Amino acid sequence: MIHAWYALVDALLPFAWASHAFMKNALAAVLVLSPLFGALSTLVVSNRLAYFSDAVGHAALTGVALGSLVGLLDPGPAVLAFSLLLALLVVTLRRRGAAGAETVIGIVSSTAVALGIVLLSRGGGFSKYSAYLVGDILSVRPAELGAALAGTAALWLLWAFFSNRLLLASVDEGLARSRGLKTGLLEYGFALAVAAVVALSIRWTGILVVNALLVLPGAAARNLARGTRSYHLLAVILSVFASVVGLVASYYLDSATGATIVLVGALLYLATTQARRR
Amino acid sequence: MSPVPPPRLIGPATASARAPLAAADRADRPACGRCGTSVEGLSVRRGGRLVLNEVSLNFHCGEATVIIGRNGAGKSTLLKALLGLVPHTGRVRHSAAVPAPRGSRRRGAAARPVFGYVPQGAHLDHESPTTVADLFASALSRRPLWLGRPAELDRRIEKALAVTGAGGLSRSRLGALSGGELQRVLLAFALEPMPDVLLLDEPVSGVDHAGMRDFYALLSRLRREHDLAIVMVSHDFDLAAAIADRIVFLDGRVVCSGPPAEVFAHPAVVEAFGEIKAPSRERRAPR
Repeated sequence: MIHAWYALVDALLPFAWASHAFMKNALAAVLVLSPLFGALSTLVVSNRLAYFSDAVGHAALTGVALGSLVGLLDPGPAVLAFSLLLALLVVTLRRRGAAGAETVIGIVSSTAVALGIVLLSRGGGFSKYSAYLVGDILSVRPAELGAALAGTAALWLLWAFFSNRLLLASVDEGLARSRGLKTGLLEYGFALAVAAVVALSIRWTGILVVNALLVLPGAAARNLARGTRSYHLLAVILSVFASVVGLVASYYLDSATGATIVLVGALLYLATTQARRR
Repeated sequence: MSPVPPPRLIGPATASARAPLAAADRADRPACGRCGTSVEGLSVRRGGRLVLNEVSLNFHCGEATVIIGRNGAGKSTLLKALLGLVPHTGRVRHSAAVPAPRGSRRRGAAARPVFGYVPQGAHLDHESPTTVADLFASALSRRPLWLGRPAELDRRIEKALAVTGAGGLSRSRLGALSGGELQRVLLAFALEPMPDVLLLDEPVSGVDHAGMRDFYALLSRLRREHDLAIVMVSHDFDLAAAIADRIVFLDGRVVCSGPPAEVFAHPAVVEAFGEIKAPSRERRAPR
């Protein structure tokens, strides 16, 4: 399958940047992940969950550390497990609604980062993990692409099934309850989906910027959208656009890809604030 | 959920003799006057404090109950507890004189009632791109909104909006509506499909007095036509008295409950709000 993709890119994109296998892999990764980031960002922005995805992103570092502690060669499963765990914890804190929940969540997420750094830097060996901070999408292997494709396909199915209910719950929890929706389960479910997509992509995007990918497309689309459908479609389009442009720009600038994608997204956001509906 | 009118389980003669259904195809249960929702010993605790203490009430269909009380007396909390939004103890049960028809939102003959809920609406996100039609479609359709709405669903939404005089607003963003428009849209939403009990949390601000009067007249008409059980939190005693069969004075518990004139004369109510002149019969909205 990967060879068919290589042939397709060679046929459609006769450019220098697209001639390398690592760029073809990276392009595939971006095209698999960015539409899902766009779709989920609509709800992250509507529900004001930016701090949440930030906390989950940070937790990934602890996941990496714990994975290496128990001797996993691939920290992926540990990252996924720890992100899901932190997502459950943060939603529980939020739902309890106690005063200062934001503060507690801030403390939890910075503790997770600090714990990760302390564990990984023991003996001065942190530099080999710095790839997790800034991400390394050029190291994508074809086998990982298959896993990412399967993961995003599953999340898309869940999104198709639950997005209407999630929207209703985000407008007003009481309205959703009056329609028999289990709003608590929906909130946990969405949090777990965000945690899963973060864990799935963290090594490529980087812990420092993954949150922006879950916020910028939705924030920019919201400035232009005239309804839920256009909000969603615009977020997906802007996310894919920013990711592809960012990837190509990072090739020519020789810069970290995740951060370059975020900068393109930020520029798009700035542009949309100018074109904002009156 | 089905757009096709559900089968009528009792003959039109019995149903329409009691309350002729102006839009019979919208109702998902026949009017009967014998259905009721009972609340038994409902208590809510928040941070160790008892916000609601052993509240027991009955709501009959065709009857309007208005809940009054001071700020912090637990009025909105009672509505939220009924919806299951806040943890509570006690029982909420609905008993229907006839079993729910197929396709209705209710599952059994005696189960949790189906609530229609009209929130205050002030907390809605004004910047959100969600339109009125999006709100309806999110509840009425399983098809993801980002794949578009079928024309049939759009017609159903228009029809539902027309019932509360909110026709033509389906493409407006929720955040762009005036207070009165939002109230009508949320009422139309609560009534599609027809619930067992309609819960309303009256907006504290954003709707002027004339707007509220029109809204109450609309509620009166809908109650008559659909034999609705209405439970409403109100801050306007004049308008409340005009629609209420029963007023409940709440102060963490049910202090008193009964016809408007009786409750307004109760010492505890007089102490809380001063003398309230119950509107005379002539000023009351037609039943």
